[in-house]
Amino acid sequence: MRTDITKINEKTPHDQLTEGLMIFAGGTSKLFKTGEWRTNTPVFHEDKCKQCLLCAPVCPDGSIPVKDGKRLAFDMDHCKGCGICATVCPFDAIEMKEGNE
Amino acid sequence: MAIKERMSGNEAVSYAIRQINPDVMPAFPITPSTEIPQMVSTYIANGEMDTEFIPVESEHSSMSATIGAEAAGARSLTATSSAGLALMWEELLLAASNRLPLVLALVNRTLSGPININCDHSDGMGARDTGWIQIYAENNQEAYDNFIQAYPIAEDPRVHLPVMICQDGFITSHAVENISLLEDKPVKDFVGEYHPEEFLLNPGKPIAVGPYSISNYAMEAKKNQEIALENSKEVILEVAKKFKEISGREYGLFEEYRTEDADYIMLIMGSAAGTAKQAVDDLREKGKKVGVLKLRVFRPFPAKEIAEALKNCKAVAIMDRCESYNGNGGPLGSEVPAGLFRYKVMIEAVNYIYGLAGRDFTVGDACNIFSELEDMVVNGKEVEQYQYVRLRK
Repeated sequence: MRTDITKINEKTPHDQLTEGLMIFAGGTSKLFKTGEWRTNTPVFHEDKCKQCLLCAPVCPDGSIPVKDGKRLAFDMDHCKGCGICATVCPFDAIEMKEGNE
Repeated sequence: MAIKERMSGNEAVSYAIRQINPDVMPAFPITPSTEIPQMVSTYIANGEMDTEFIPVESEHSSMSATIGAEAAGARSLTATSSAGLALMWEELLLAASNRLPLVLALVNRTLSGPININCDHSDGMGARDTGWIQIYAENNQEAYDNFIQAYPIAEDPRVHLPVMICQDGFITSHAVENISLLEDKPVKDFVGEYHPEEFLLNPGKPIAVGPYSISNYAMEAKKNQEIALENSKEVILEVAKKFKEISGREYGLFEEYRTEDADYIMLIMGSAAGTAKQAVDDLREKGKKVGVLKLRVFRPFPAKEIAEALKNCKAVAIMDRCESYNGNGGPLGSEVPAGLFRYKVMIEAVNYIYGLAGRDFTVGDACNIFSELEDMVVNGKEVEQYQYVRLRK
């Protein structure tokens, strides 16, 4: 039976959970703000960016959105601050700084 | 119109699989279950089945693939024994917790070590806490009949749990006996088509199966799974009733053979129950009041029903074809007394470990056990409460 999973929380009685804890939706990870776990934050120096797009595919969290062949600002709701993008960028257009902001 | 044939247990289960014609069968060979995927492959090659057969690289993969296929919406099954089942351990737990109604043909073979290919119940018993329904067969007829009932039990919305249909390796799987087969159409009608409400390959209704859960939800989820296992007892009996209508053969949670007025009862599972029944017949000729309780459904464990069935006897021999290494008894030797205690049935119960790794269990052995129970009850003889049958000392 389909259940609106946004209505399930830590107070839900056992018989109102879904069968096998199945989730009746797709792409639910978007709702979960893993960005809150960040201890280092990438800073995007747009002036240095040549739009080579080497950073976007290596992001493990898919937090570098790309539109019309150009990368946009970081998705800070989901960026965990691993710094792979900064390591990969050949133009120092990404700098990792301490902190969650 | 029943078809009279003579077949091994493996042939019988393979024949049932052909009649059911499931969607997907991933499989990996291991003695003595290898013949099942082998015979099914032959049926497919001959155009008698259109099942998608997936040869995989290990049993870990065969169960993973079965889970994936079932979650995707396909009726799936696989077959294995012994170490193959052991290799699937982490997946077995997931098949149950994801509430997938898949089926496993288990041909019971001892777990190593020592490495041995013969029968005992250590493989199925090793998986007893995985949340699967486990149904054991005494002979090829029961293996065939149980297999046909498997999907109707598993797929019932009150259940949605995986089912293991067990038969003794070599003894049942390879020995050829008479069998009465059903025709294809009644089996197809009995099993029906698989129409899951939710499945992965369902555009427009996306789902995710097998999520991570923080502690706040896990205990409730596990309780729900446990409730389904309890509900399955009722469903197993309902399906057996419907099966009787098409076959004339009756099944329950266990079979009570000449137990109504029995003083001494042997509780046993699998092919050795046949041996025990012969011993009962022989002893009854001599005026001994003895009987056999042949357990068919091991999971869910019918504690209440067993306690009820045993309450009037003086002593029960609990027969384990498996060592549990807990220092106090085998699996049945632990679970049956726990059931008796909960329902306050305080009879004598002696646990016997027999037949490990294919060791023969004879009519003579069974008769000696009944004799020992009688000696204990009538003459007060001191009997070892947890012992091995015919151990060389």
